[in-house]
Amino acid sequence: MSATHTISDAHDHHHGPAKGLTRWLYTTNHKDIGSLYLWFSFSMFLLGGAFALVIRAELFQPGLQFIEPAFFNQMTTMHGLIMVFGAVMPAFVGLANWLIPMMIGAPDMALPRMNNWSFWLLPFAFSIMVSTMFMEGGGPNFGWTFYAPLSTTYAPPSTTFFIFAVHVMGASSIMGSINVIATILNMRAPGMTFMKMPLFVWTWLITAYLLIAVMPVLAGVVTMMLFDIHFGTSFFNAAGGGDPVLFQHLFWFFGHPEVYIMILPAFGIVSAIIPTFARKRLFGYDSMVYATASIAFLSFIVWAHHMFTVGMPLAGQLFFMYATMLIAVPTGVKVFNWVATMFRGAMTFETPMLFAIAFVVLFTMGGFTGVMLAITPADFQYHDTYFVVAHFHYVLVPGAVFSIMAAAYYWLPKWTGYMYDETLGKLHFWLSFIGVNLLFFPQHFLGLAGMPRRIPDYALQFANFNWISSVGGFLFGFSQLILLFVVIKCIRGGKKATDQVWEGAQGLEWTIPSPAPYHTFETPPDPKLIHAQ
Amino acid sequence: MLSKAKLWLSLALSTLLFWSAGLHAAWDLNMPRGVTQMSRDTYDLHMTIFWWCVAIGVVVFGAMFWSIINHRKSKGVQPATFHESTKVEIIWTIIPFLILIAMAIPATRVLTAAYDASESELDVQIIGYQWRWEYRYMRENMDEEEVSFFSVLATSREEINNGVDKGENYLLEVDRPLVIPTDTKVRFLMTSADVIHAWWVPDFAIKKDTIPGFINETWVIVEEPGIYRGQCAELCGMEHGFMPIEVHALAPADYQAWYAEQQAGVRQIRELAAAEMSMEDAMAQGETVYNRNCVACHQPGGVGMPPVFPALTGSVKATGDVAVTMDTLVNGVPGSAMAAYGRQLNPIELASIITYVRNGFGNNTGDVVQPSDVTAYIEGGQ
Repeated sequence: MSATHTISDAHDHHHGPAKGLTRWLYTTNHKDIGSLYLWFSFSMFLLGGAFALVIRAELFQPGLQFIEPAFFNQMTTMHGLIMVFGAVMPAFVGLANWLIPMMIGAPDMALPRMNNWSFWLLPFAFSIMVSTMFMEGGGPNFGWTFYAPLSTTYAPPSTTFFIFAVHVMGASSIMGSINVIATILNMRAPGMTFMKMPLFVWTWLITAYLLIAVMPVLAGVVTMMLFDIHFGTSFFNAAGGGDPVLFQHLFWFFGHPEVYIMILPAFGIVSAIIPTFARKRLFGYDSMVYATASIAFLSFIVWAHHMFTVGMPLAGQLFFMYATMLIAVPTGVKVFNWVATMFRGAMTFETPMLFAIAFVVLFTMGGFTGVMLAITPADFQYHDTYFVVAHFHYVLVPGAVFSIMAAAYYWLPKWTGYMYDETLGKLHFWLSFIGVNLLFFPQHFLGLAGMPRRIPDYALQFANFNWISSVGGFLFGFSQLILLFVVIKCIRGGKKATDQVWEGAQGLEWTIPSPAPYHTFETPPDPKLIHAQ
Repeated sequence: MLSKAKLWLSLALSTLLFWSAGLHAAWDLNMPRGVTQMSRDTYDLHMTIFWWCVAIGVVVFGAMFWSIINHRKSKGVQPATFHESTKVEIIWTIIPFLILIAMAIPATRVLTAAYDASESELDVQIIGYQWRWEYRYMRENMDEEEVSFFSVLATSREEINNGVDKGENYLLEVDRPLVIPTDTKVRFLMTSADVIHAWWVPDFAIKKDTIPGFINETWVIVEEPGIYRGQCAELCGMEHGFMPIEVHALAPADYQAWYAEQQAGVRQIRELAAAEMSMEDAMAQGETVYNRNCVACHQPGGVGMPPVFPALTGSVKATGDVAVTMDTLVNGVPGSAMAAYGRQLNPIELASIITYVRNGFGNNTGDVVQPSDVTAYIEGGQ
């Protein structure tokens, strides 16, 4: 063992990280690129969060206090776009970069130069998108769903730049997913069979296929917008024989799988963390894999549940209602399996576990409101209200975002070689947990009582819960600075982490030293180290 | 001791909650039950699913928190080693499936009923505009006067900008509400003149998109006379939050009287539009029309919000050829937020707003446009 260490150290000496800025510009190392993605994602999280706080500040009281309606619409749009495409998706790609090679015993991603390019496209794409806010007429103001014709005939001139930014982001996502698929299919260590892969690898494999399937649809729909705006076509313009509803069908054919793109890797993360801290194997590994695949399949046949009020025929409404309700079955299986994993374990509650448990509880609440929204007649009341806002924020914030935070705390000692500050981690968890519930739970009530979404001002009966929601928003938002502090502190030093880090941790990434050397698994790991999950 | 403290705390909290509820009823937690069969069915469906979710939540979270409390390492427990059971997996696949079927059956029934818009007794066309609604009552006899009007937010800019206290129906009040009879099957035919809007009245459990180039239909039988309020539910641009819906449901006899009054009003305006208007009258009425229809985009003082909403002061369209001003107001500017007001405003209002923009904001053209000029322009097929 010590002999191999010496060899790899000598190796590092020759091919270790370059110095200075060029290390990050030219890097093809999966760990460097993973870190770049994660830092980029965190900065976008803070920017998108700042936009959300502008929204919550304006909605603190009835009346217009701080911003004009035109700017408010830009804030809701940019908040959504940045959080979806800039914060959540790149965070999962960053985790994939860091973890997939280490989990399957591969030396790096399969396509390292493309990996570099797919990251470096992102800062340019988002600079273009954010710069639209400084252009004449302002940035995108039509919501992150950019329904035509509001986003075509009636859009600000900067929409062309928005379309270009979406194309660049889409190219980045497609390259990232090709890389993930190529890595998982070709670079598994001997003995790492499909049904021994950690669930994070499985969920990412399926997510990558979803991305490849739907990103071209998004690219197509924005290209049609571009043609409607500049080249006189009428894809979405009824006056020219086009169909505004076609836009929604195409958008949601992308958009619904996109929702699962943002949650399947989260399932993988939670399926790694809960067994570790319960000190017990994951319950029902096989059914977890099949449930993930079922959810991915169903995600392609439920898109029109976002469009129950556009006036589809009855048969269409019924089909999409039934198909949507079906998603509850595999999702339920996952939740039951996590509970069964905890059942009769020997649990401890370090920060990653706290975030993972909060994920299970709060994501499930988002799942419940999801089933309610699937019921078409009830959806006529819920649709486009704060009930929907509460629903998707429950699955995305204490869902996807909490899972990313759980992952950050869980693997941080492996990445940095030091334990993070547990007290501050727990403080961050509890403030985030209280903040997020204060922020989003009252929004269920607002929606049911009749408050539409995307309005800069509201009737007086909505005042109380908006006030509570805004307080929760600021608490949640500022608590994230603790995470930044904990991460920086952990990088700079602390208690040395062991190789295994956590008592119950299983998997190849825990067999290598902490911090993980710059190059790992240049020779495949001993097959005896590979266990069924 | 602890339980006593908890009791006091919960008492204090619930007192506070009820006290506040009595104060301004702003703690609404749930959907309104509404005033139609459809809204009651929807409410019942909503509550049924809600209680199913609560029951499932109690079982799942109950099991989870029981484990969290009892199966912790600090209690010295040894972890079990089981990790799969096909039998259990099959059970917890089938049970949710059966629950879903139990939910789907009533949902299908309610949805099917909602789709039956046949045999309506009154048809009203609803047209969405940026950012107002038009209501057009379908006539049985084409020789009758057509009753149609626009319905615009009545809350003042001063209230919105916190200059004065907000009224009880802040942002939920309009200048001319939709009026429909009770106990009558009213069919709504919905479309839009520009972007997609959605017409929503929670008490009716109706929400339907109004889409340019499409006509959607829905229907309502309101059982209790009253005032019902709603809002546009689909993001439709800058003033999306400021296009409320107000519906007055009247007993059928009262409705008939109201309808006859509207028809008489149409005849009266036709007569008035033939008369001459003075500069003073035109400017005074023009200001009212401006503040209701134009100020959101073109701003107080006509400064606009360039480049999207141009300034009116010194504008070529406002100060040049009067026919250009007339064309802009009557036909709008296609592909922009400037709506065609030819049908939204009557000839008197149109004439006065044209006079107002040509003579206000420092634009001293000195012209007075007469209602008859506007009528001639519109009838000339422009």
